[in-house]
Amino acid sequence: MSAVAEPATPIPGHRPLWRGLIGFNLLTAVILGVAGYYIGWFIGHQVKGPSFEFTEATDENDIALMLAYAGGVVGFLVGLGFVNYPVARMFGRPPSLREKEQEGVGRYFGLCTDHKVVGVQYLVGIGVFFFIAGLNAMLIRTELLHPVPTAFGPNQYLSLVGMHGTMMMGMMTSGILGPFANYFVPIMIGARRMAFPRIEALTFWLLMAAGFILTSTIFFGGFPTGWTGYQPLNEQAVMGMDSYICFFALVGLSMALLGMNMIATIVAHRAPGMTWSRLPIFVWSVFATSLLMVLAAPMLIAALLMAALDRTINTGFFIASSGGSPYLFENLFWFFGHPEVYILALPGFGIVLELMPVFARKPLWGYRLAIAGMLGVTLLSFLVWQHHLFVSGINAALRPFYMLSTEIISIPTGFIFLCVMGTLWKARTRFTVPMLFCMGWTFNFLIGGLSGVFLSDTPSDTDTHGSFFVMAHFHYTIMGGLIFTFFAAIYYWTPKMFGVIFNERLAKIHFWSLFIAFNSTFMPLFVLGMKGMPRRVSTYAPNLQGLNVWVSVSAFVIGLSMLVFIANVLYSLVLARIPAERNPWGARSIEWEVPTPVPVNNFDTLPRFDSDPYQYGTPVPARGSGALGTAPAGG
Amino acid sequence: MSVLAKKLLGIGVGVAVVAALIALYVATWATSAPPTVSAVGGQVVTGGAGAQLTLQTVAAIGPKYSTHPDWVSYLVLEKGKWVHSTVYKVPANSLVHVTILQYDGDSGLRNPFLSAVQGTTNGTETVDGKPIRGIDPEEASHTFVVPQLGIFIPLPGVPEEAKNQCEFAPCMLAQAHRTITFTIRTGKKGRYRWQCFVPCAAGWIDGFGGPMQTLGYMDGFLEVT
Amino acid sequence: MAVEPHPAAGERNHAHRFIAIWIVASLIATPLVVLLIGPIMPPGNGSTQASGHVTDNTVLIGMATPVLLLVLIYLIYAIVYFRAPKGGEAILEGPAVRGNSGVQSTWIVITSILVLALAVYGTVRLLEDGAGSGQGPSPAWPASGKKLPVQVIAQEWAFTYRYPTFGGVETDHLVLPVNQTAELHVTSLDVIHSFWAYQLGVKADANPNVDNVVFVKPTRTQTFEVRCAELCGIWHGFMSDHGRVVQPAVFEAWAREQQKRFAGTAKYLPPYSTKYVPEPARRAE
Repeated sequence: MSAVAEPATPIPGHRPLWRGLIGFNLLTAVILGVAGYYIGWFIGHQVKGPSFEFTEATDENDIALMLAYAGGVVGFLVGLGFVNYPVARMFGRPPSLREKEQEGVGRYFGLCTDHKVVGVQYLVGIGVFFFIAGLNAMLIRTELLHPVPTAFGPNQYLSLVGMHGTMMMGMMTSGILGPFANYFVPIMIGARRMAFPRIEALTFWLLMAAGFILTSTIFFGGFPTGWTGYQPLNEQAVMGMDSYICFFALVGLSMALLGMNMIATIVAHRAPGMTWSRLPIFVWSVFATSLLMVLAAPMLIAALLMAALDRTINTGFFIASSGGSPYLFENLFWFFGHPEVYILALPGFGIVLELMPVFARKPLWGYRLAIAGMLGVTLLSFLVWQHHLFVSGINAALRPFYMLSTEIISIPTGFIFLCVMGTLWKARTRFTVPMLFCMGWTFNFLIGGLSGVFLSDTPSDTDTHGSFFVMAHFHYTIMGGLIFTFFAAIYYWTPKMFGVIFNERLAKIHFWSLFIAFNSTFMPLFVLGMKGMPRRVSTYAPNLQGLNVWVSVSAFVIGLSMLVFIANVLYSLVLARIPAERNPWGARSIEWEVPTPVPVNNFDTLPRFDSDPYQYGTPVPARGSGALGTAPAGG
Repeated sequence: MSVLAKKLLGIGVGVAVVAALIALYVATWATSAPPTVSAVGGQVVTGGAGAQLTLQTVAAIGPKYSTHPDWVSYLVLEKGKWVHSTVYKVPANSLVHVTILQYDGDSGLRNPFLSAVQGTTNGTETVDGKPIRGIDPEEASHTFVVPQLGIFIPLPGVPEEAKNQCEFAPCMLAQAHRTITFTIRTGKKGRYRWQCFVPCAAGWIDGFGGPMQTLGYMDGFLEVT
Repeated sequence: MAVEPHPAAGERNHAHRFIAIWIVASLIATPLVVLLIGPIMPPGNGSTQASGHVTDNTVLIGMATPVLLLVLIYLIYAIVYFRAPKGGEAILEGPAVRGNSGVQSTWIVITSILVLALAVYGTVRLLEDGAGSGQGPSPAWPASGKKLPVQVIAQEWAFTYRYPTFGGVETDHLVLPVNQTAELHVTSLDVIHSFWAYQLGVKADANPNVDNVVFVKPTRTQTFEVRCAELCGIWHGFMSDHGRVVQPAVFEAWAREQQKRFAGTAKYLPPYSTKYVPEPARRAE
C-alpha cells in the first residue's frame, strides 16, 4: 500500500515510469473497475427462475447491469485506495490524515486529501461534464430547428434530453461547492483541512464514477424519462434506465457526504475569533446548501432504491395494479427535487454577495439580512415541493397551502436582491469580469425569480406546467444564476488557485457573448411556453418554427462563447501563463493573504480573526455626531 | 513554455483526440435510424394503380436482424427481401395498397376501442379474403395506426393451436399467418408517425416497453413525399 | 485609499432621484403592459377557465412590472452613477455602510404584503371551480350547475374519450358543447400523461388508476389543440389532437353518429368506470 508505507520521497526521474504506474492510482482503479463490472455482470446473469422469466423475454437483465455498475464502482474506489485506510486501521496502524499530498501533478489523478487538490479536481471534472451536457443541449436545439423530427430518432432524442438534464442537475449541484467551497472554506475559516479529508476525496471520485455510468447509458439504449425519472415510464424503460438510477444514487451519496463534511468543518474547525457573525457570506451559503444536501439527498437515494427494486425484482412500489402508486415516486422525487434546486441557487447567492463588496469597495450591506434570506430559503424549500404537482390530481385542498409557501419563499430570496442593491449603493464599482458576471446574475435571477412567481400561482401554472415556460424559468435561475456565478468564481479565484490570470479581453468577450446569447435563447422560451409548446418534444406546431429557429441559433452562439472560454483557458492557463499579482482584485479576505501557491497546511500559524472580511469603505460619520469613526450599527 | 505547460498541453491534445473519437461515436449513435424503404410504384397516381407496401409482423425478430432476438417487430419487403425497418416512404395524394402478413399470436388490446377499422378508403380491411370493419379485441396481435392520418388497422393474431408457427424472422408464406390488406389514400406531404397499440412487448410493464418504444420494431414513420 | 467628501445634500439626491425615476417608469409601463399584453395574453378566451387565466396572468404581469423595473432601473442607475471613475491609480472606496434598518423593514413589509396578496388572489381563483386544473378524484371546489361528464383516457400514445351519458361510447376526438360545463375525468391506462387543452385553459395529469377531475366551460365555438404535457415515452410530443367546441345540437348529433359508427366495438368496451386496470396488469406475458 504505497500511500501508507512509502519511504522517503523518491528521486524524480530515476524511477522507471512503469514502476510509478503500480499502486493505488487511477489506472489501477480503472482496471479493478472493469473487473468489478464483469464480476457483477456475471453474478447478475446467474439469477434465474420462474420470477425472472421476463429477463429472457425482454433480452434485458437489469439485475446484471445494476450489479455490474455496483461492482464497477466498488472496484474503482478500491483501486484508488479508498479502503486502504480503514483496512490499515483495522490492523492497528496509527491514524493519519494525509495521502499523497506532496507528489506533484500525479496527485491530481488519484486519492489526495489536500482539500485544494480536491477543489481543482472538482473544477476540471465538473467542467468536463458541463461541456458534455452542453453539447447535448446543442444537439437538442439542432433537432428543434424543424417542427418535424429530422436529425435524431425519437429514442435518441429523448435520451439526449434526459442526459442533458440529468448530467447538468447531477454535476452542477456540486458546481460551486465542489471546486470553490472545498478549496476556500477551510482557508476562509482559518482551518488547515476539512473535517474529513478522505471523504472529501471520495465525494469527487463518486461523482466521476457516476458521470461515467451516465454516459454509458447510450450503450444500453438510453432512457426515455428525462431527468425526473417518473414512474411507471421509468419501470417500463430499457436497460439504459439503470444507468440513470445508478448515476443519481451515486450523486445523491456524493452530495450527502459533501454536505456533511462542510457542516462538520464549518461548525468545528473555525479558527479563534471566527465567530458566526464574522463568517464570510460565502461560507454561510455553503453552510445553508450543505444543510439542504444532507437532508434532501437521502430522499433521492430512497426513491431510486425503490425504483431499482421495482425494475429488478418485481416489487410494486409504483405500479398501481400491484397496490403501489406513481404518486409516491413523484412526491419522493420532488421532496428531494425542490431542495435540490435551492442547492443550485444558494451557492450562487453566496458567490455574488461575497464578490460584490470587493469590487464595489464597500462592506456587504445587510449581512444579517442575507443570512436570514439564505436560512429562510433553506427552511422553506422543504415546504414547497407540491407546486410541481399542482395539476397532477393531488388533494386539491392542499394546493392553496403550497401556493402560499411557494409565494412566501420569494420573500427571503428578495432579501438577497436587497443586499445586492445595498452593496451597490454609492459604491465605487470596478466592472471587472467577475463583477460583470455578478451583474449578469442579478439580471438573470431577477427574471427567473419573477417567472417563478407566475408558476407558483396555481391558476397560471395550469397553462404553463410542463411547457417551455417552465424550461425558461429554470434555465434563467439555474443557468443564468448558478452558471454565471460559476464563471464569476472561476475568473475571480484563478489567480489564487493557479497563480495566473485570465486574459481580460477574451474574458469580456466570453461574458458579453454569453450574456446576450443566453437571454436571446431563453427569453423567447417564455413566449413559446405561453403559446402551448410542451417540454421534451421534437415536434411542435409549425407556426412556432420562427421562434424556435431564433432560439436554436442563439443557443449555438452560447456554444461559441463557451469555445471562447476554452480558448482563454488554454491561452491563459496552459500556454501563456502570465503570473498574476498576489492580490489582483485588492480583496481583503484571508484567502488573498496566504501565499500562492497555497502551502499544503494553508497557514504557518493559525490566524486569529478580529473582524469580518468586509473591511472596505470609508467610515461614515454617525448621524448627529461630528465624529468620524465606526460604521453605524444595523447590518 | 514551461515544462508544466508542455505537459498540460500534451494532456490537452490527447484529451481532445479522445474526445473527438467519442463525439464521432455519439453522433453515429444519435443519428442512427432504420433505413427508409419506399413503397413499390411510388409515383403520384390519382385513380390509377397506386403504390404497394408489404409488411410482416413477427413474434421475435431473431438474432439475424437484431441484438434483441426476442423482440417483436415489423419488417418490410424491399425487392424480394425482408428488411428490418419501420420507416416507409409512400407517394402523396395517391392510393397506397398495404399488405400485412401477420405471423404473431394474439395478445389482446388494452383499449378495445382500437379494434375498429378506421381511415381506409372503404372503411374496411380484408383479413384472409374477408372484408371486416373490426375484430375481437381479444384476438388482436398488433395494430398499424397512424393517428395523425386517422388510420387504424387492427391485426388479428394467429390462433394458438395453429401448426407451423414462425419462430424468428424472416417468416415464410408457408408458415402460419393471417393476411391483412387495406388501401389508404394519402394526402399532402409530411412525416407521420405510426405505432402498434397492442401491448405485445413480452416481459415489459404494461407490455409497452422495449420494442413498443423503439423505432424499428413496433414504431415507425410514414414519409409521404 | 482616497477619501471622498460625502455631502448630505448629494445623498438625498440619489435616493430621491432614483425613486422618482422608478415611480414615473412604473406609472408609464404598468398600464402599457396591462393594456397591450392583456388582450393578447394566452391562452385566450375559449372558456371561462381560460378567461380566468388571462385575468390572472394580467394581474401577475401588472404586479411584476414595477418589481422588475425597480431592480432593473436600480442596476442601470448604479452602473451609471456608482462606478469607479476611469483611470486613476488608487482604488476608490465607497462609504462603509453595512445596513439600514429602515430600508430593510420597508422592503420586508412590502414584499410580504405583495406576496400574500398574490397568494390570496390565487386561492380565491382556485376556489371558484379549480381554475381548469385537475383536482383529483374528489374535487374540493366543484363547478356548480349541470355538468356533462366526459372521460379522457390517456394511453401510450393517444387520447381517447368516453361519454358515459351517451352509452359509454368511446371516440378518438373530443367534442364539447359550448356554454355547458363539462366535467372531465382524466385517467391513464399505463404511464403518467397529462391532458392539456390549450385554448380551454385545462390541464390535468392522467395517472393510472386515478380519476382526475377537471371542470371546463367552453364559451365559444372553435377548434382547440390537445397536447400531452407529461413525458410519457417516445411519442409524447406526437400525442396531439384537435378537439372541437360546437353548438349543443351539433354536439348531440355528433355523439349519436359516433355511437352508430362504433356500435361494433361497443360490446367489447368495458363498462364505463372512472378508473381502469386493463390487462396486462403488470408485465406482459
